Amino acid sequence: MAPFFRRRHRVLPGFGLTLGFTVFYLSVIVLIPLSTLFIKTASLSWGEFWNVIGSARVLAAFKLSFLASLVAASINTVFGLLVAWVLVRYNFPFKRIIDGLVDLPFALPTAVAGIALTSLYSGNGWLGSFFESYGIKTAYSPLGIVIALTFIGLPFVVRTVQPILADLPAENEEAAACLGAGRLKTFWKVLLPELKPALWTGFALAFARALGEYGSVVFISGNMPMKTEITPLLIMTKLDQFDYAGATAIAVLMLVVSFLILLFINLINWRTHRILAPR
Amino acid sequence: MFKKIILGTLLGLALASPGVSSADVSLLNVSYDVTREFYKDYNAKFAGYWREKTGQTVAVQQSHGGSTKQARSVIDGLEADVVTMNQQTDIDAISAIGKLIPADWRRLLPHQSSPYSSTIVFLVRKGNPKGIKDWNDLARSGVSVIIPNPKTSGNGRYSYLGAYGYALKKQGGDDAQARAFVGKVFKNVPVLDTGGRGATTTFIQRGIGDVLLTFESEVLLIQQESGGAKFDVVVPSLSIEADAPVAVVEKYASKHKTQQVAQAYLEYLYQAEGQELIAKHFFRPRDAAVAARYSGRFPKIPLFTVDELFGGWQKAQQTHFADGGVFDQIYEGKKPGTGV
Amino acid sequence: MGAAIGLLAKTKEVPRTRATTESWLVRLALIALALTFLFFFLLIPLVEVFQKAFEKGLGAYWQAIQDPETRSAIRLTLITAGIAVPLNLFFGLVSAWAIAKFEFRGKNLLITLIDLPFSVSPVISGMIYVLLFGTQGLLGPFLVEHDIKIIFTPVAIVLATIFVTFPFVSRELIPLMQAQGREEEEAAMTMGAGGLRTFFKITLPNIKWGLLYGVILCNARAMGEFGAVSVVSGHIRGLTNTMPLQIEILYNEYQFVPAFAVASLLALLALFTLAAKGIVEWRSNKS
Repeated sequence: MAPFFRRRHRVLPGFGLTLGFTVFYLSVIVLIPLSTLFIKTASLSWGEFWNVIGSARVLAAFKLSFLASLVAASINTVFGLLVAWVLVRYNFPFKRIIDGLVDLPFALPTAVAGIALTSLYSGNGWLGSFFESYGIKTAYSPLGIVIALTFIGLPFVVRTVQPILADLPAENEEAAACLGAGRLKTFWKVLLPELKPALWTGFALAFARALGEYGSVVFISGNMPMKTEITPLLIMTKLDQFDYAGATAIAVLMLVVSFLILLFINLINWRTHRILAPR
Repeated sequence: MFKKIILGTLLGLALASPGVSSADVSLLNVSYDVTREFYKDYNAKFAGYWREKTGQTVAVQQSHGGSTKQARSVIDGLEADVVTMNQQTDIDAISAIGKLIPADWRRLLPHQSSPYSSTIVFLVRKGNPKGIKDWNDLARSGVSVIIPNPKTSGNGRYSYLGAYGYALKKQGGDDAQARAFVGKVFKNVPVLDTGGRGATTTFIQRGIGDVLLTFESEVLLIQQESGGAKFDVVVPSLSIEADAPVAVVEKYASKHKTQQVAQAYLEYLYQAEGQELIAKHFFRPRDAAVAARYSGRFPKIPLFTVDELFGGWQKAQQTHFADGGVFDQIYEGKKPGTGV
Repeated sequence: MGAAIGLLAKTKEVPRTRATTESWLVRLALIALALTFLFFFLLIPLVEVFQKAFEKGLGAYWQAIQDPETRSAIRLTLITAGIAVPLNLFFGLVSAWAIAKFEFRGKNLLITLIDLPFSVSPVISGMIYVLLFGTQGLLGPFLVEHDIKIIFTPVAIVLATIFVTFPFVSRELIPLMQAQGREEEEAAMTMGAGGLRTFFKITLPNIKWGLLYGVILCNARAMGEFGAVSVVSGHIRGLTNTMPLQIEILYNEYQFVPAFAVASLLALLALFTLAAKGIVEWRSNKS
């Protein structure tokens, strides 16, 4: 192993083998195919590249995609934690079935999800008409996009928090209680820090997934240019003009930005984790 | 070792994947979205015809999707024997980018290689409460119009060009006036669905919009399915001819040694039986005798073509639907070009 | 190996004392809030799907899933998930071991790269394989020359599915294995157990729930993926259509009942995997 890795005594075996395989599989399945995006984009000159991604239309779509994904991922983090908490800690009727339902957004093809959500939230759907009576337009507005993105990202936080929550030793909480902390304080000071890495992971995944989502959103968003047009749709329209390079240019930018955001989240996650549990 | 497992599984799949059918010949017809019902019937009919003529059984496999997306798949290696599209530019692209079809494909079959056509008409809610009679009503304020996105769907493009052509011909306008007119129409569009059938769903099931613009074949199909109880068809004073070009994909057909049957498959579309089936599925037949028999179905509308008014599809695509084109300018304000 | 047994015991339901749980009022409120959220975001869409599927009765539903094209779509979906999930399961275990149990530089980069397939738009996930294997793509000329077909065959569908479900198991396991540390494994190793034995006896029991969740998610997504698969499939009926693609086709043919019937099957498949999880859980609690 090169000096690149910090040398220290390792008791556990298989580091070289497992890391080697990880990198190999990652390269074959993810990195090499993804590199084609960069190769294709490289056929553009810098000027052309900026022309594609600097247009007002693309910028508006970027802003919408990022904001809507951010809001949806935040909603999912809060409610995902709540759902995981309730599923792990409490007993109530039909718990098993509800636990099972959490995965539904993945099982349902995104197009079906989009159609089902649109029929519910459009002006004549029963949720949509309810909101409309209060003057809130849900489908065919940015709010509709947030709803669709919340739906498709829902399982991430629940499923990352659940196993960790189930594994938390009761001793810590008991100790906190003995020291006189209330439940809320125990939650903030004892439980939340333990759950943080999982929450961040869930958030990052839900956010990343929401950014690229296409199938469900095109049904509910209305696709109005500058208003409710998401970035993946712009990629599609470029492809329909046989403009592969333009399409990959937008894709590359999205990829780089989401990569940086994910990296940032993973870095914070890693730092808090280190401070909490120095190894 | 794991590599071997992966490769092994992939190889196994690759071997298992080609369509092993019991037929003597098999054809792959790559087509656009709304022809599924038609080709289902047509394939059965053609198989009977071919067996009678040559004794061979033929199995036709179908692939459907957005016209341009399908063209892209053929270019990227979907080995179609024949393509049946709804826009000439799609076959042009297969010819120009993929080099799979000779450039003069339009001359290889009658009627510019398009065995049938359709046009754009309006579907309004029962009783036509907004009193929509013609294209100019679409630009009125307070009228909500459902048109699929011209950037991603063929009938969106035809609808757009229909409105534009109306302004040029009927209002005697120039390009500037036509642009303003189309701009006004699209200001009335609340939802831009990505595909024709999505727009239909928005109009019918979501109850959005006062009028839906789509292919005549679609409108007639909707009327048939719903029994004419909820909607009325409005035929404008003139409209655009939407032809449906077809071609043999020479390169793949010769690779599969299916040129002969592929050619016959397309030629049969022009014969009486094919034309009859075409009319049955609400497309406008080319054959005069068949057309006369179904004349009750297809209202007489003066039709203009893309070639006449827009100098061909290539040019229309470039001027109107390419990025930064006229359509984009409606939404991005009056900025010319793609500049920042 | 006492530690391992101790940890195993912990995963069982711990009877909670009053000090470590909430008052019934808070509990009720939290449950109500969670259920309300799930009601609006999960249950209603699900009910919508099933309602549409059974709109014309059981007979129509049954007929819809008997259709040969639908059958072949179901078969292809099962094959695809059957290949993609085990591969990603194996990768997940291996990568989580490397990442959670060892310290090395560039770890964050590696984790982030593993996350990447999620943030790639499904359209792009399909397109990269077209750019790689398509006739106009990087390897295109080579493949054409040797008459190897990858794109628009089930192979491409499997590849795209592996790509989109790539991070699931791995990302599920990494935080879990990090939280558990490596003391137990180190103890076992110093007591003379071999690497694999340590893994199967200590690590695996500790992570089994996380692993299961990861597999379930991975499987659900593998079966439900639409965008990427749609780009690489070619949509040849009866040959390269998966269940989600078949649903779209049916929906676009205005065959709403069959479309939602197939969709409900997919939802049922997800519930099925969960029932399987329930059984595993129940049996492990019993033993």
